[in-house]
Amino acid sequence: MTEEQHHITLHVNGVPRTATVPARRLLSDALRHDLGLTGTHAGCEHGVCGCCTVLLDGEPVRSCLLLAVTAQGAAIRTVEGLAGPDGALHPIQRAFAECHGLQCGFCTPGFLMTTAGLLDRSPAPTDGEIEESMAGNLCRCTGYQNITTSVRRAAELLAAGQGGDPAGPWAGEDPQEPVAEAPLAAGPYAPPPGGGVPGEARR
Amino acid sequence: MTRGPRIGDPAPRPDGPDKVTGRFPYSSDLRAPGMLWGAAVRSPHASARIVGIDPAPALALEGVAAVLTADDVPGRPTYGLAVADQPAFARDLVRHHGEAVAVVAAATPDLARRAARAVAVDYAPLDPLTDPAAAVTAAPLHPNGNVFRHLIVRRGDVAAAAADPDLVTVEDTYEVGRQDPAFLGLESGLAVPAADGGVDLAVSTQFLHADRDQVAASLGLAPERVRLTLAGVGGAFGGREDLTLHLHLCLLALRTGRPVGMAYDRSESFVGHVTRHPARMWYRHRATRDGTLVSVEARVLLDGGAYQSTSAAVLANACCFAAGPYRVPHALVEGWAVRTNHPPAGALRGFGIPQVCFAHESQMDALAAALGVDPVDLRRRNALAPGDALLTGQRITGTAPAVACLDAAVAHPLPAPPDDDPLRRPGGTGLATGPGDVRRGVGVAMAFKNLMYSEGLQDLSTASVRLAVDGGELVATVHCAAAEVGQGFVTLAQQIVRTELGVDRVVLRAADTSIGEAGSSSASRQSWMSGGAVAAACAGVRDEVLARVAAGRGGRGEAFALRDGEVVSRDGGLRLPLAEVVGADPVEAVRVFTHADTAPLDADGQGDAHVAFVFTAHRAVVDVDPALGSVQVVQIATGQDIGRALNPLAVTGQLEGGIAQGLGLALLEDVVTREGRVATRTFQDYLVPTALDVGDVVATLIEEPEPGAPYGAKGVGEAPTLSSIPAVVAAVRAATGRRLRRVPVRPAHVALGEDGVAPFVVPGGPAAPPGVVTGPEGPLAKPALTDPPGVAELPGGEGGA
Ligand code: FES
Ligand code: FES
Repeated sequence: MTEEQHHITLHVNGVPRTATVPARRLLSDALRHDLGLTGTHAGCEHGVCGCCTVLLDGEPVRSCLLLAVTAQGAAIRTVEGLAGPDGALHPIQRAFAECHGLQCGFCTPGFLMTTAGLLDRSPAPTDGEIEESMAGNLCRCTGYQNITTSVRRAAELLAAGQGGDPAGPWAGEDPQEPVAEAPLAAGPYAPPPGGGVPGEARR
Repeated sequence: MTRGPRIGDPAPRPDGPDKVTGRFPYSSDLRAPGMLWGAAVRSPHASARIVGIDPAPALALEGVAAVLTADDVPGRPTYGLAVADQPAFARDLVRHHGEAVAVVAAATPDLARRAARAVAVDYAPLDPLTDPAAAVTAAPLHPNGNVFRHLIVRRGDVAAAAADPDLVTVEDTYEVGRQDPAFLGLESGLAVPAADGGVDLAVSTQFLHADRDQVAASLGLAPERVRLTLAGVGGAFGGREDLTLHLHLCLLALRTGRPVGMAYDRSESFVGHVTRHPARMWYRHRATRDGTLVSVEARVLLDGGAYQSTSAAVLANACCFAAGPYRVPHALVEGWAVRTNHPPAGALRGFGIPQVCFAHESQMDALAAALGVDPVDLRRRNALAPGDALLTGQRITGTAPAVACLDAAVAHPLPAPPDDDPLRRPGGTGLATGPGDVRRGVGVAMAFKNLMYSEGLQDLSTASVRLAVDGGELVATVHCAAAEVGQGFVTLAQQIVRTELGVDRVVLRAADTSIGEAGSSSASRQSWMSGGAVAAACAGVRDEVLARVAAGRGGRGEAFALRDGEVVSRDGGLRLPLAEVVGADPVEAVRVFTHADTAPLDADGQGDAHVAFVFTAHRAVVDVDPALGSVQVVQIATGQDIGRALNPLAVTGQLEGGIAQGLGLALLEDVVTREGRVATRTFQDYLVPTALDVGDVVATLIEEPEPGAPYGAKGVGEAPTLSSIPAVVAAVRAATGRRLRRVPVRPAHVALGEDGVAPFVVPGGPAAPPGVVTGPEGPLAKPALTDPPGVAELPGGEGGA
């Protein structure tokens, strides 16, 4: 049984990326497996947890509910595309890291992208708006209080900051000190930054 | 390098930047050149005979590399945390829905799943045993029998209390449903065959060394040939203490000679890991008319599912803490953990105590009502204090701020009355609750729990700290196999090293099995145990540094001290930068940390079985639409015994997350089974609380340093999940007057008043409801329990410890 393959081009984080996929390939799988962008997570693959949230032409969507072929030609922003080209954390990322908006962090990329969508629509959201927006994403660790705090803080940072685009890559100053060396996880098998297979040249 | 956070400072997570950029490698993100993907073949039946397995249709698919069954396990055919009673693959007999029968490896994840479906398994379904009360006398499902443990805790003389006509008695039956850990990062990992015939496994887990030992035994390899590394863990909560895909991955990697990755999907995860034990409980409390507790009788029946896992220890916790944090002179508790054809139950945040806590706190409210006293006063009057004895006779030698927790929880101002915001109404905007339909209720509950392992179990942790100079800068490297599952041990380890050595740059090596064991990230134990090991290793480094200085000067190490990154002589004559002392010759120390010994329980359940205790109290405020049965939690206030807050940020995170899990069990989360089959296998029908469900959390930390604990701190990973459950239910009862003896409370229980709880049936005893028993001379503690009936000729024979 050979399936028909489709060549698609996705504009991921401003870079055109191509992949050859069967029609039933989920967008989440195309990002994670075909393009090696493992920052987008899959917690349920049936549209409830929100871990797989990405921006599709600026709107937050669940990438596990879309087929990759339907995103042909679209602009997709993933968590890897939030920080500036120099690695400076986006204010939304800074807010979550500083306000303890994560524990295991598995839900975090989804919350970051949902927040990006929210703050793009509504730069100064009320607490009710924040909770309502965040209620589409699950977090099993934090109890959400620190996530709500992080979103409020992100809105403040963006408002006080350099007029950055919440849904675009961050180009502003990053006054944050590096907190400390991160602990390694799974050493040699970790994917290289930006995606791909350890030990293999990037496509 | 700026000054990093010390013990007691609010410390951000060191892995925060990697986690917010998507760089942090979770176990599902690991790849290796030339890798294959695995997928398991699982039983659709709760109980069935396996007539035949035909791998040929799967092997015929192009790109399928292997299909393995029970015949392909070279070593011990079974595994298990306490008793190896669980087969690597079912052979001849499946005992629960979702039990693995075979595993395949193929070129892509999609193909592996297709191949798993293609494996032809011929089942002859059997009637599943689903009633835990019937398990004791039913034909054994396993050569080890159907009773994992039967336990009695007997204190004082309940018969004397029963004979006192002046006492007030309350008695009832309670049930707790099946809570799933529902961590968001699904089970996943990567196994790579090694040149020495062994295997390297990167996996998300709570306890690397226990995994390693079980995997090695089944592979028939020496433990050192199986090397585990902790991969990024997407939450755990107890659900990663048992093996899941570990052994299957290693078998496939060794068979194919290629790296193999595997990842469960959510529906597989629901049947592929342990859940909380569903419980049935019967309780009878007696108290004097002025509200002093005299006796507690309880029966606790836990459904352990098809395999033992940690059932025996979970039952011990449920029985030892059955009466809650109160002085009870006379008690008789009888517990059973039994085998059924449900998926195995095991560790889950709280470890046996959430179940009994729901019951004992419901009883305390019923008693307060019967006595006509305030439920908070009743609790305060009977609360444990230092020096008091538990049901097990053990006296509390450490801190026991039960009353302080309770007072702090109820001291928080109550939230504003319900307003008109439809988003805040029970049922949200989706259910048509009018503003006038809302009734508010307030409930209070308290709990306590043991910290660390109990009953004489070996409990230790190992850590190494190495101090070196890199580019003129001091760097401390910590190595410890403690699993970081989100709780923040990595943050704490850095804080400890900074505090002890005054070195700001602290690097953490990956947790792996190349160092001695650290025990499980469970039982609220890692801050104490692995925190203690890191602190001890720092002390070792410090001693060697001082000895080095002394040796160069012909003195003794005690003449010097380490202060803020400098070695100083106690007479004040010498100050040397630490970096200079270390120079090109790094200093390293490895230390093993243990806690005070504990004892097993005797035949009456008496003994000093526990190390230390953590106390907690919760007050819940809820809004209810009584007609629709919908509930909105408005606020949870808590007073939490913490010993000392080592990292206030992490403590708050544990409290809020733990409370959300308690609230989930109180109102939403239930793995529903039908004829033994798991019906709830998506997040559409298994409801995890969202940001709109959790309400506000307000917390007061009670800081009374615990003697003997590193830095005086008590682990707080589990306590928040305990009394938050009964507090929420008490609040719903207060709003509606309903009885509500089962969690999760369902809208129908609230709206219609029928909670569906049947009378308690004594396992193995007369099937009479406890209500007809007039005294303790009834079936209580006189079970018709002999040794489990002989084992019928069961095929398989994978029993044995
Ligand atoms: S993985 Fe897409 S919503 Fe859960
Ligand atoms: S931080 Fe673990 S799921 Fe949100």
